[in-house]
Amino acid sequence: MTAALPSSPPAAGAAKRQFLHDAAEHVRDVGHREFVRRALGGYYTSRDTQKARYRDWEQARDAASMAKWSAVNRLDELLPRFEAAFTANGGQVHWARDAEEARRIVLELLATAKAKAVIKSKCMTSEEIHLNQALEADGYGVVESDLGEFIQQLRGEPPYHFVFPCMHVRRDEISDLFGQHLGTPPTDSPEELTMIARRHMRRLYVDADVGITGANFLVAETGQISITENEGNARLTAALPRMHIAIAGIEKVVERLDDLAVLLPMLATAGAGQPMTCYNTLYAGPRREGEADGPEEMHLVLLDNSRTALLADAEQRDALHCIRCGACLNVCPIFKNVGGFTYGTTYQGPIGSVITPHLRGLKEWNHLSGASSLCGACTDACPVRIDIHHHLLHNRRNAARSSPDRLERIGQKLFAAVARRPWLFATGGWLFRKTLGLAKAIRPPVLSAWLATRDLPPAPAQSFRAAWKRRQR
Amino acid sequence: MTISLFIPCFVDQMTPQVGLAVATVLERLGHTVEFRPAQTCCGQPSFNAGYQDEARAVAIHALEVFAGAEAVVGPSGSCVAMMRVFYPELLAGTPHETAALDLAARTFEFGEFLVRKLGVTDVGARFPHRVTYHDGCHGLRELRLREEPRQLLRAVRDLELVECDEPESCCGFGGLFSVKFPMVSTAMAEVKAGSLARTDCDYIVSSDPSCQLQLDGWLSRQGKRPRTIHLAEILAGTAS
Repeated sequence: MTAALPSSPPAAGAAKRQFLHDAAEHVRDVGHREFVRRALGGYYTSRDTQKARYRDWEQARDAASMAKWSAVNRLDELLPRFEAAFTANGGQVHWARDAEEARRIVLELLATAKAKAVIKSKCMTSEEIHLNQALEADGYGVVESDLGEFIQQLRGEPPYHFVFPCMHVRRDEISDLFGQHLGTPPTDSPEELTMIARRHMRRLYVDADVGITGANFLVAETGQISITENEGNARLTAALPRMHIAIAGIEKVVERLDDLAVLLPMLATAGAGQPMTCYNTLYAGPRREGEADGPEEMHLVLLDNSRTALLADAEQRDALHCIRCGACLNVCPIFKNVGGFTYGTTYQGPIGSVITPHLRGLKEWNHLSGASSLCGACTDACPVRIDIHHHLLHNRRNAARSSPDRLERIGQKLFAAVARRPWLFATGGWLFRKTLGLAKAIRPPVLSAWLATRDLPPAPAQSFRAAWKRRQR
Repeated sequence: MTISLFIPCFVDQMTPQVGLAVATVLERLGHTVEFRPAQTCCGQPSFNAGYQDEARAVAIHALEVFAGAEAVVGPSGSCVAMMRVFYPELLAGTPHETAALDLAARTFEFGEFLVRKLGVTDVGARFPHRVTYHDGCHGLRELRLREEPRQLLRAVRDLELVECDEPESCCGFGGLFSVKFPMVSTAMAEVKAGSLARTDCDYIVSSDPSCQLQLDGWLSRQGKRPRTIHLAEILAGTAS
């Protein structure tokens, strides 16, 4: 499952074929779908309980989205401000245009640190740039310290859900996995499973030369990195090794420390139904004289990787507001029915379907925007008011312009021509009704896709327009 | 008031009784109902597929058909959302922008029109059955209708309204999505229909004939009960 470093580009349409294939496979696994739906069932209750504690959740959404809006629209001003403040705190910023440059920067930093062992906490940008594969290819030992990511690493799988990486794995499977890799006896207790990972991990924090983390927010005013986590592993990852490297997309910057007052609780509530995430830590540079702990060096890799292309698209720029809370996945009927791996992307679910075409190409990834009933549950769930499901429509429009499907375009032109001519439209409707029975027997392509799993009622003898005419007499 | 019926194309061809029921209820409330036969489709099949030039051409036709109408009322949250929400966006910056905004302000979903515009919740209907309401996503999230259909149902004599355990889940229709990604669409139907059926109701009430097509299509194939019924049919008293 672990994706290899991208070498040659895959054949055109490969991503779509893989999606259709995996989706068909996945929906057949009724037990798995039920398991995932039940796993997310509790989320609704806890989220709504926490939402009720806000004086006005909708106003909080306004405030959170304004904080992100004003930052995303002033990246040119805020990023240099952040860099200056971060540098003044003793850290060093490295700008990476793309995945390859980011990997190279990290590898060079590891070389200067003469590192052998690397420990990581949860970092989706590192998944985005396929960092682990690059590190392993260069002979570094890398261990994921987030429990879910650790489980996924042992399973050789990417995260299933970008906030709950192993939500699809049953407890007994985790117990077997630990038994196989760590030699521990089987257990059904979540606490014991956590303790197994914890005992295994403690030694690794001490042995690691470099700790790699992500970042939830970068505060321009103070030059601090804000990291949110539930397990305390990111604090150990950042503080114990000699060098701390954080990797973050450029859209993570916010202007003021005060912005976190709304963003941190909303991240927790929208994403996981928590009032606050257990640990929220602000890192302001490496260890200073007189301080008891902290790394000797602190680096931040600021990643573009096509984010500036999304920034240039004024219509969809708000997709950069995303704080990666995962709320849109949690409520998405597509995600719940096709599962996280089917997307074939770093970022699954609705927001992934919006941004992946920008990050990796519209032609190859537009099918994700098509794979939606446009129900809008995602947009309602988004704490920073990204217009997610309408952006799926925007991607569809852009794709129809830049790389239309020839057959579909002919069909659409024909449809529009008929729909502007009432008599032709009515005749077409009549023909449809009269031939529906026959068509059901012949099953042309579109109809057969419907009829494979669903019935279609017989056409009525009369159309509405005919019935109306008769009624008015 | 003279109310112009907006009959979605598949209501015209597949469920004419829903359009007639809408007319019956509005007439019973003392309004004049007209049907402009030049109307065709709202253009959503093109719009949702990304073919906006084609959708725009169809939308302009609809603007011409409904020009001057006092109020336009349709029995589908989805098609009304197309007119209300997406026409102004589609025609922004064109000479038709004003007409689109004007039509958007005069176009209503059937239940919405009764409750919000006419201020009516009790239309004198009786329906001695246990029912649950299926929220169509466009009605729920584009038009923000949640309470309106339920208010209308609660006022129906002898009707028992129960809620399902996934009230905000989509049925999976999604227009062309249902045939472009049939396996995903069907899985969604299975989840939502299952939730609706667990209420042990006699009927699933909907304000969207397209959701009805999807839910009934799946339930019928599975040989399961219940079936859907349009809100207008209950209020008109024409339900079989």
